[in-house]
This record gives sequence, C-alpha cells and structure tokens, in this order.
Amino acid sequence: MALLTIQDLTLGYDNRILAEHVSFSVHEGDYLCIVGENGSGKSTLMRTMLGLQPPMAGQILFGEGLKSSHIGYLPQQTPVQRDFPASVREIVLSGCQGRCGLRPFYTAEEKALARRNMERMGVLPLQDRCYRELSGGQQQRVLLARALCATGKILLLDEPVSGLDPQATAEMYAVLKSLHREGVTLIMISHDIAAALPYATHILHMGARAFFGTREEYLDSAVGRRFTQREVEL
Amino acid sequence: MIQTLLQYLQYPFVRYALIVGVLIALCSSLLGVTLVLKRFSFIGDGLSHVAFGAMTIATVLGISNEMLLVLPITVLSAVLLLSAGQRAAVKGDAAIAMVSVGALAFGYLLMNIFSTSSNLSGDVCSTLFGSTSILTLTVREVVLSIVLSVLVVAAFLLFYHKIFAVTFDETFAQATGTNARLYNLIIAVIIAVIIVLAMNLVGSLLISALVIFPALSAMRVHKTFLSVTICSAVLSVACALAGMLISILGGTPVGSTIVAVDALAFGIFTLIGRIKGGISHA
Repeated sequence: MALLTIQDLTLGYDNRILAEHVSFSVHEGDYLCIVGENGSGKSTLMRTMLGLQPPMAGQILFGEGLKSSHIGYLPQQTPVQRDFPASVREIVLSGCQGRCGLRPFYTAEEKALARRNMERMGVLPLQDRCYRELSGGQQQRVLLARALCATGKILLLDEPVSGLDPQATAEMYAVLKSLHREGVTLIMISHDIAAALPYATHILHMGARAFFGTREEYLDSAVGRRFTQREVEL
Repeated sequence: MIQTLLQYLQYPFVRYALIVGVLIALCSSLLGVTLVLKRFSFIGDGLSHVAFGAMTIATVLGISNEMLLVLPITVLSAVLLLSAGQRAAVKGDAAIAMVSVGALAFGYLLMNIFSTSSNLSGDVCSTLFGSTSILTLTVREVVLSIVLSVLVVAAFLLFYHKIFAVTFDETFAQATGTNARLYNLIIAVIIAVIIVLAMNLVGSLLISALVIFPALSAMRVHKTFLSVTICSAVLSVACALAGMLISILGGTPVGSTIVAVDALAFGIFTLIGRIKGGISHA
C-alpha cells in the first residue's frame, strides 16, 4: 500500500484547468521530485495534496494511517516571515501545534520533540536567536525542524533552495539527503531539474505530456532525453 | 502636583477612567503584534469607523444601550474583513480603507440628517476623538469594560500559541491540522471587542495608535514573540497611565495625550534599538 495515491487528478482554480489526468503514487522511502514549467500546476498540486484546496476532479488516497495533516510542509518564505520577531525555539515548537487540538499549551513531550528536531537540523545552538537575523540557509533548516515536528514520515518541500546561495543550496541538498537516508519520505518541488535529479528516486514531470516514473525511466523517456540532451548541448 | 493628583483621585469618575484606561491599553496592545505582522495595521481604524457608524444608527433609532448594536456590527465587519483573505474581490488595505471611509461618511451623514442634538459638531468631535467620554463612565460601563477585558485577556492567553502559529505561517498551520480559519475568526472577534471598548478612551480616530504603537515600539528592541508581546503590554499600560495623568493635570484631551505619549515611547524605543543593534553589529 502506498503512502499517497493520486488518481486522475484535475488541478486548477476558478474554473481554469492547469493540469489533467495527474496520477502517481508515493511509497515509503521515496524521494519524489516534481518538476515542470511555471504555471504547469506544481504549486496547485501541492496545495491540493496538503488539503488546502479541493481537487477539481479525481482523488487523493492516503495509506498506512497517513492523514493530510500528517504531511510536514516546507513552504516558500513569505515577506511577513522575513521580519517576524520570533526565536528559533518558538518557531520550531509551533510545528507541534497540529497535535494540540484545543489544548492551549505545549506538553513536555512536544518540547522535547522540538529540541530533538532542532538538534537534528543543527540549529539547537541558535534556539534563542531571532529568526529574522539568521542566514537564508539557517532559516530553511529552522523551518525544516518545524516541519519535522508535524511529522516524522513525509515532507513536502516547495522550492527548498530558492533564494539560497550556492553553498547554502549544497548544504540544503545534503540535509535532505540525510533525512531521506533516515527513512523520511520526501516530495520536492523544484524548477532546477539538473540539481534535483541526482538525489531523486522518482520524477513527476508536469506539463502537456506529463511523466511519472523512476529516475532511470525518466532519463530514458522522451521528456527526460530532451532534458539531458539539452544539458549536453550546454 | 502630587497633591492635586491625590485630590483628583478622590473623585470616583477619575478612578473609573484610570481603571478602564489601563484595561483598554492592556487589551489593545495584545493583538497589535499580530495585526502589524499580518499587514492589518489599519484594521483598528476601519473597525472603529464602523463602530462610529453603528453608534450613529443606534442614536438615530433611539436605542438606549448602544453597545447592543455597536458590538455585533463591529464584530461582523471584523470577521468579514479578516476572513475574506485572498479570495475577496477587494482585499487587504483597499477593503479596510473602503469600509473605513464608507462607515465614517455614512455615520456623519446619518447624524446630520437625523440630528437630535443642538451641538452636532461637538457630538461628532467627541465620538471621533474620545474627548471626555472616558470621564463620564457609569458604574455599569466600568463593570462591562472589566468583564470584556478579562474575557479578551483570557482568550488571548488560551489561544496564544495558536495565534502565534497562525500569524507566523497560516498556510503551514492549516496544512498541518490547525484550524487556521477558526483562529482568524477568534482574532477578528477579539479585535472588534477591543475597538468597541477603546472608543471610549481615545475615540475612533486614534484607536489604531493604541493598537499599533506599543507593538511597533516593542519590535524595535525585542526579538522573540513572547518578549515582544509582554513588552508591548507593559509599555501600552505605562503610556496610557502617563497620558491620562498628564491630561488630568494639564487639562489636555485624554485620547490625543495618550497617543502622544505612545509616539514618544516609539521614538525612544527606536533609539534604543539602534544603539543595541549598533553594538551587536560592531
């Protein structure tokens, strides 16, 4: 049984269809990379998977006791967050909010969980620092720690390296690789196929001719070959 | 000077004014941080003008207890403004500006057409700037203010972590199972209650100052959400107290004096922030 099964999804909003017949599945331990042009429906697909908007048609099935609220999420940063007065600890702890329900305060367990995840992401020494004073890479790791508080199983990453400098980008990919090795299932949206390809186990290429398969199948496919040839020409 | 002050404190209406003033200052500062960060700084302005409009309707209809009409209408507007969010045709600052000036014009128009008092501009002026109504509170109004303030503070404490989560990242909160819509609704209701309360103190034109100034000042100096919240609450109460005492002693209008003190505090905090920032960067 797959963690996530997407069946014949139609994506869009306000009666505008962005993508049709999107089908794929995600199994435990997968590292799925979703690529495609701007406007091909990547972000809409992600919002739909997170339950933030209903699909126009088709369905999303969750397996192995997974619920849509159990998906950890690394969003793109908003302008609001860039000048938000909050400490690293406050932000990471807020990842536990989904578990709280109506309970007003965090339990000792949740605080310990937040601490463990800060340690895991290497931001524990920064826990009392102000979020807005951190570098872009550090901020991303803080948000990853927060996402890990919401889930231990599956993470959805929206352009995790956008806006990072080359070194921070490399570090980010390394962090994601080690999470994947620890058994976390990853779904990553990226417009940078070349950088994402070496790490992914599966590829979903959104667009007029959508493709879903393993990385090897992708490299052999028409879409993939077009991409690799382009790389050779470059 | 202290003697004059003690003499004034003999009067119950002065004591009432101080109690209510402090409570309102405390409540209004709590959500300031959230509203500033959500880019809703002007919601205080918009809602208070709605409250002004509602008040004129109540006056025209001859409703004796204005709160019964003003509170529900303001709450409703707050909910509409804050929850419309991304999907509305007119959103964000434009929606607030529209509601704000619309309600102001409508209220003034109503007052003019159905005027029951001989001193129309005096009435309008006191609703807009608060002037003396804080000094003419009845015991019932004081009790009502205390009850509403306690409710606001209790709600804020209970929902503190949820308000944080929803303010910092609404999408993440929603995606990971927090009912962001519900908490936005709660924030809207709390802010509406605060504004109706605060109209007595500073009038509807200056409410934004009460909501925004302490939060902005605290954000100059402090770096965590908790310390910003505590600092802005303390600062707001201190400025309101100072403003009211100055206005009692100097005979200045209450609302604008408090706002002037708030503005002064903002200047001082900006300076402190600069100095502290300069040191840590060096």
